[in-house]
Amino acid sequence: MSEDRSKDRGKDRAEPARRGRKGRGGGQLPGSASGAEAPPQAAPAGATVTALPRPHRFFQLIPNDLSFDYLRWRWIAIAGSWTLIGLGLIVMAFKGLNYGIDFSGGTLIQVQVSEAADIGKMRDLLNRAGVGSFSLQALGEAGHQDFLVTLGHVAPEAAKRGGASESVPQKVERTLKESFSTLTVRRVETVGPKVGEELKGVAVNAVLVSLGAILIYIWLRFQWRYSIGAIVATIHDVLIVLAALAFTQREMTLTVLAAILTVAGYSVNDTVVVFDRIRENQRRNPKGELGQVMNEAINQTLSRTILTSTTVFLVVIVMFVFGGQIINDFAFSMLIGVVIGTYSSIFSASPIVYMLYRRFPPRLK
Amino acid sequence: MGLQAKGIFLLAVLGAALWGLWPTVQAYRPGADPAQVKYKVNLGLDLQGGMFLDLAVDSAAAADRVLDRLAVELENALLDSHVDYVSVERRGPVVEVVLGAREKPPWEDQPFKRILAQYRLAPGDRNGFAIRLPEGEADTIKKRAADQALEVIRNRIDSLGVSEPQLQKQGANNIIVQLPGLKNREAALAAIGTQAVLEFFIVEDGVSPSLADPSKHSVKYEEVRDASNKVVRRDPFVLGRTPVLSGETVRDARVAISNSNGRPYVAISFDSMGAAAFERITTRYRLRRLAIVLDDKVQSAPVIREPITGGEATITGQFTMQEATNLAVVLRSGSLPAPLNIAEERSVGATLGEDSIRQGLISLALGFAAVVVFMLVYYRLSGGFASLALLLNVVLVLVALAGFQATLTLPGIAGIVLTLGMAVDANVLIFERIREELLRGTAPRTAIDEGFRKAFWTIFDSNLTTLFAAFALLAFGTGPIKGFAITLTIGIVASMFTAIYVTRFFFDLFYARRPRLVSLSI
Repeated sequence: MSEDRSKDRGKDRAEPARRGRKGRGGGQLPGSASGAEAPPQAAPAGATVTALPRPHRFFQLIPNDLSFDYLRWRWIAIAGSWTLIGLGLIVMAFKGLNYGIDFSGGTLIQVQVSEAADIGKMRDLLNRAGVGSFSLQALGEAGHQDFLVTLGHVAPEAAKRGGASESVPQKVERTLKESFSTLTVRRVETVGPKVGEELKGVAVNAVLVSLGAILIYIWLRFQWRYSIGAIVATIHDVLIVLAALAFTQREMTLTVLAAILTVAGYSVNDTVVVFDRIRENQRRNPKGELGQVMNEAINQTLSRTILTSTTVFLVVIVMFVFGGQIINDFAFSMLIGVVIGTYSSIFSASPIVYMLYRRFPPRLK
Repeated sequence: MGLQAKGIFLLAVLGAALWGLWPTVQAYRPGADPAQVKYKVNLGLDLQGGMFLDLAVDSAAAADRVLDRLAVELENALLDSHVDYVSVERRGPVVEVVLGAREKPPWEDQPFKRILAQYRLAPGDRNGFAIRLPEGEADTIKKRAADQALEVIRNRIDSLGVSEPQLQKQGANNIIVQLPGLKNREAALAAIGTQAVLEFFIVEDGVSPSLADPSKHSVKYEEVRDASNKVVRRDPFVLGRTPVLSGETVRDARVAISNSNGRPYVAISFDSMGAAAFERITTRYRLRRLAIVLDDKVQSAPVIREPITGGEATITGQFTMQEATNLAVVLRSGSLPAPLNIAEERSVGATLGEDSIRQGLISLALGFAAVVVFMLVYYRLSGGFASLALLLNVVLVLVALAGFQATLTLPGIAGIVLTLGMAVDANVLIFERIREELLRGTAPRTAIDEGFRKAFWTIFDSNLTTLFAAFALLAFGTGPIKGFAITLTIGIVASMFTAIYVTRFFFDLFYARRPRLVSLSI
C-alpha cells in the first residue's frame, strides 16, 4: 500500500492544484478520487517515470467542505427550538411531569404473573382491597407479564405497635395472589415523604452545580459569550428532554435525572468542538468577519460533530431496545438528548455567541 | 519511549488488568461463593437481589418510653410500700402521681429515694408529685436511641441468614441496612421492625369490654388465626391499665416444642430483678390470669396457678416455627428503644436481579459490536485500532471497579455502555483530524502526529464537561445512580488513556517499518 516516494519524505507536501474550492480538500463519495494529486509532470528525457501517488480514499459520508450558511437560519432555528420548548411547557403545565416515587414519595410494587392476566380484573381487586389510590401499569407480553403497582404515600410501615398486622405490599400481594396464583413479587420500593423531598432538593442541586461548573469552565477556556452560548444551548436541550418526558408521560425518576445530567454534560462536548474550531480559525484569520468564520468552523467540524453523536446514539439505541424495562426511560432520555444536543451544537450555540458579539462587541484596545 | 518499551508497557498493563479481573471471574463461576473473594466487582442489590432500608428512628418517642417504664416502676413501688394512690400516669414529659388523701410522698424509703436520686421532682398539683427526667437527659436518650437501635437491629439481622449484611448509622437518626441476597422480605421487615415490647398485665376477668373504664383498664386484643394464617377473630381482653412487668428484664429467650400439643413456644428467662418481680406478681395475683402482651397484642393469658420463683416463663400462642423463632430473636436482642419508620426501601427479588444482569450484559455486548462495526466500516484499519483500545478500556473499567471494591449496579452497566460510545468519540476526533491533514497534503506520518496532537485538547475539554456532570452525580447521588457516575467517570478517564496512548501505539506499531508511507487505512 505504501509506495516509495522520494518527494514527500517526512515533510509537508505543498498545496497541489485544487479544483477551485476554497479552503481545504473536501469529503468525497466513496470510490471517487480525492484531492491531493500532483499534476502529472512530463518526464524529462532520460529520467524514470515514478508512479502517480495513490489518492486518499475515505469512507466519508458527511462532507467537511460544505458552505452552508448556518447563521443565516438562526432565527428560524431559534423559533423552532423555542416552539418545542413552549409546547413542552404547556404539556408540563397541564399533564405535569410524571414524577416517580423517588420524588413524590410512595410505594412501587412490581409483580410478575405467569398466566394470562386481565389488567381490568387486577384493577378491580386492588380497588376493593382498600389500599388507597394507586396506578397500575402492564409491561412486557402476556403470559409472562410484569405489572407495576404504584401507591401513593402510606403511613410508615415498620411493624407498628397495635397497628395493622399486614404491610401494604403484603396486602397487595395477598389480594392479587388470591386470583392469580402464579404471582410473584419481583421488586418493592418505598420512599417516605421526607426522603422524597430530600431527593428533589438533591436533584435540583445536582443540576445547578453541573450547569454552574460548565458555565465557569467554558468562561475560562474561551470567554463569556461562549459560556452563555453553551449554557443556553444546554438548558434548551434539558428543557426539550423534559418536554419529551412530559409528553410521553414517562416516569421522572432518579435514573432519568442522571440521564438528563449526562445529556447536559455531553451536549456541551459537541459545542466545545465547534468553539475550538472557531477559535482556531479566528487565530488564522483575525480579520475575517465573525459570521463567516463561524460558518466555516461549523462546516469544517460537521462530520466530527455528527459522528461523535452517532457513536453515542448507537449505544443508546442498543440500550433502548435491549436494555430492559428498568433503564428504558433512561435510554429514552439519552436518545432525545443526544439528538437534540447535536442539533443545538450546530444551530443554537454558535448563533447565540454571534448575536452576543453583535450586541456586545468587544471594546477596541 | 521507544516503540518496544511502549509495547512492553502496554502488555504489562493488559496483563495486570487480566490478573486484576481474575478474582471476579472466580467469584461468579457457578457454584462459587462470592462472599469469599475480595477485590472482585461487587454486584449491587439491584443485580443480585436483596434489600436496602433507610430507617428513621423516632427518637422523640424514646424518651417517652423511658418515662413509661418509670411509671411502671413507680406504681409497683407504691403498691409494694402500701401507699394509697389514685393514679400513676405519664403525661407528656412527666410522670404524675396522685396520692390518696392523707398520704405523703414517701421519700424516706427505698426505692423512692433511689428514684428521686435518678430523676428529678417536677411541680405536681393536688396531693401528689411528679417526676421528670434530669436536664439534658431527654436529649441524651434521643441521641443514644439511634445507637441502641443499631445494636438491637444488628443482633436481629444476624439471624436472617444473610451472608454480608451491612448496617450503619446515617446522620443523627437514621440507620441504613443492606441485606444482599435476602430472599424473604417480609421476614426481614418483621425481624427488624418489631418493637418487641413485651409486657405483662393482669386480666380483669369480671369486667366486660364495653364497661371498661379507661382510667382503670385497658383493652387489648388477641388475634386468632385460621389455618391459612389469616386473622379471623380478635378477642378482647380487659387488662389493668399499666403493665405489672415489662420485658426489659428478660435475659434470654428460646424456642421449644410443647410436649403436650407439639406446637412451638418461646421459653423466657428473667434476670434477677425480673425474677424477683415475677415472683412477687405471681404470688400476689395467684389464680388471676396473667396476660402476656407483645407489641400491644395479647399472645396468651394463662392462669397463675402458683408463685413462680425460678424466673422462667413460657409464652405460648398460635406460633408457627418461624414466628416462634422470630419472637425468640427479638426478645433476646432486646426491644427497640423507639419505633422505626421506613424512610426508604429498595428490595429486589433475585429473579429480577438476574434478568437485569442478562439485559445489561446483552446491551454491553451489542453496544460494543455496534461500535466496532461502525468504526471498522468508517475508518477501516484505524477503526480496528480504536476497537482494540476500546476493549482495553472496558477491561480497565472493570478492573478499577474490582480494585476499589466498588459496586456495579444496573445504571452502572449503562454507564459502561455509554462509555463505549463516548470513548470512541476521542478516536473519531483524532481520525477526522488525520483525514483533514491528509487531504491537505500532509505526509501521512506527519498527519498522524498532527492529528493526535491537535485533537488532544479538544478531547480533554469535551470529556471534562461530561465529567462535571458525572462528578455532580457522584456527589449528590445515591445507590444505583452513584454506580452509574462511578463507571462513567472511570470509563471516560480510562478512555483518555486508551483512545490516545493505546491507539497511537497501534499506529506506530503498524506503520513503523514502512520507511516511506503514502497512505493510511483510515
